Amino acid sequence: MSELSVNHLLGIKYLNKEDVRLIFETADHFKEVINRPIKKVPSLRDITIANLFFENSTRTKLSFELAEKRLSADVINFSSAQSSVKKGETLIDTVNNILSMKVDMVVMRHPNPGAGVFLSKHVKARIINAGDGAHEHPTQALLDSYSIRERLGEVKGKKVVIVGDILHSRVALSNIFALQLQGAEVMVCGPKTLIPKYINELGVKVETNLRKALNWCDVANMLRIQNERMDISYFPSTREYTQQFGVNKALLDSLDKEITIMHPGPINRGVEITSDVADSKQAIILDQVQNGVAIRMAVIYLLASKIKQ
Amino acid sequence: MIRRLLKNCHYFIYHVLSVKFFKILHYLCAPNTFGYYMSQKVLLNAKEVNIILHRLACQLIEKHTDFSNTVLIGLQPRGKYLADRIAKLLREDYKVKNVQLGHLDITFYRDDFRRGEKPLEANTTQIDFLVEDKNIVFIDDVLYTGRSIRAALTAIQSFGRPNEIELLTLIDRRFSRHLPIQPDYRGRQVDVINNEKVIVHWKENENEDVVYLIEK
Repeated sequence: MSELSVNHLLGIKYLNKEDVRLIFETADHFKEVINRPIKKVPSLRDITIANLFFENSTRTKLSFELAEKRLSADVINFSSAQSSVKKGETLIDTVNNILSMKVDMVVMRHPNPGAGVFLSKHVKARIINAGDGAHEHPTQALLDSYSIRERLGEVKGKKVVIVGDILHSRVALSNIFALQLQGAEVMVCGPKTLIPKYINELGVKVETNLRKALNWCDVANMLRIQNERMDISYFPSTREYTQQFGVNKALLDSLDKEITIMHPGPINRGVEITSDVADSKQAIILDQVQNGVAIRMAVIYLLASKIKQ
Repeated sequence: MIRRLLKNCHYFIYHVLSVKFFKILHYLCAPNTFGYYMSQKVLLNAKEVNIILHRLACQLIEKHTDFSNTVLIGLQPRGKYLADRIAKLLREDYKVKNVQLGHLDITFYRDDFRRGEKPLEANTTQIDFLVEDKNIVFIDDVLYTGRSIRAALTAIQSFGRPNEIELLTLIDRRFSRHLPIQPDYRGRQVDVINNEKVIVHWKENENEDVVYLIEK
């Protein structure tokens, strides 16, 4: 068995095709594990993992923590709200203090893009990026591709449209890299103000008409409007956004084919996606959450196997 | 009398010596002779493997009769072939109806994670039945240190609490155990020194049923 070409998971752009295949195959085994009566394996019983969340998170944090615990790793949690970061401590100092307690791996979410890369150059532990600003969110992109592979058989040759706030989304960027790496075609769709100016250079199609985009695609990945990252107004009103870029059942039923709907969560029901769509059979939103644990177990397992005793 | 003796000599020269000669010739021509590669010796040939498989199947029937509360579990990766073969024999040759067969992967339960040069490769686990209160027979091709079996004993607990667990191996390497684990059914017991390896080839995978002893 080959091993990962990287020592840290900082972003999809550092991975190659073989890495993604290896992660997916390992995740297949872990998916079987987490469906057993006893969902735990003892592989990482001598590994300690620190979850450093400098930004709010529910799903990702829970998913990582569950993945770590199901691999029998020891877990310590840290969130910046209750920490000395507020007292002026630097990132490297904070992490080095944690590492001096013999931590082998760090899962970090940080509001600044590149925080993971920066940290990997200054500390000895393996780093997993759980989202750095509007830059990358590699495990989310991996679990999205994994869910597409599970639903449609393979990712290669599939047409995927990412709808919504592309400008502020780390999920969009990581997804574009991951899907292109596996040979899928990618389109982004949203208000022009929320589509980055030079997105064409990534080799993706751009569409501002949702109906046209949905008619083109096999899979639609709906993104949330990230109001917390918006310092100015990018569209007139939420109501108008919903009318233009919200997906509802009537719109889906009027398409020529049945497409798969994805959402990385948290869902704003009635804004980017209506409840009847979110709860329909076409949506694989809860499958994505379940696959998230398997993918994170695979990533942690594969990175931990590179830590020699 | 002399004629009879000559006839025997004739037999000896033509059959015994010629076979020996070809064996020596085969040995000299083999690419691994003269220490360039490892040397290999056949421990069991296809016929012997077949006889042993039948015996093991009969021993299982003797103990478990109709297999109503017994399940066979092949340990991945190599025990799978032996388990498949034993199950096939039981079903087809001995007409046992209730043979339940599963495959168990022990990768995530091994005690040498991060200790070897090579990363551990996971395989598929397929157990489509409940093991609660069942009599389980673990099936593996070679029993060496016993560490795989130790891992399998831990792994199977994830699927429930079996009534009893037995172990069937084709080859039992004597004097090499690291743990107090012994087989309940053994095909052949062999004495192998540490720098030798026992490799089992199966028709399904390597086109022949044969057990080799290979010097590393």
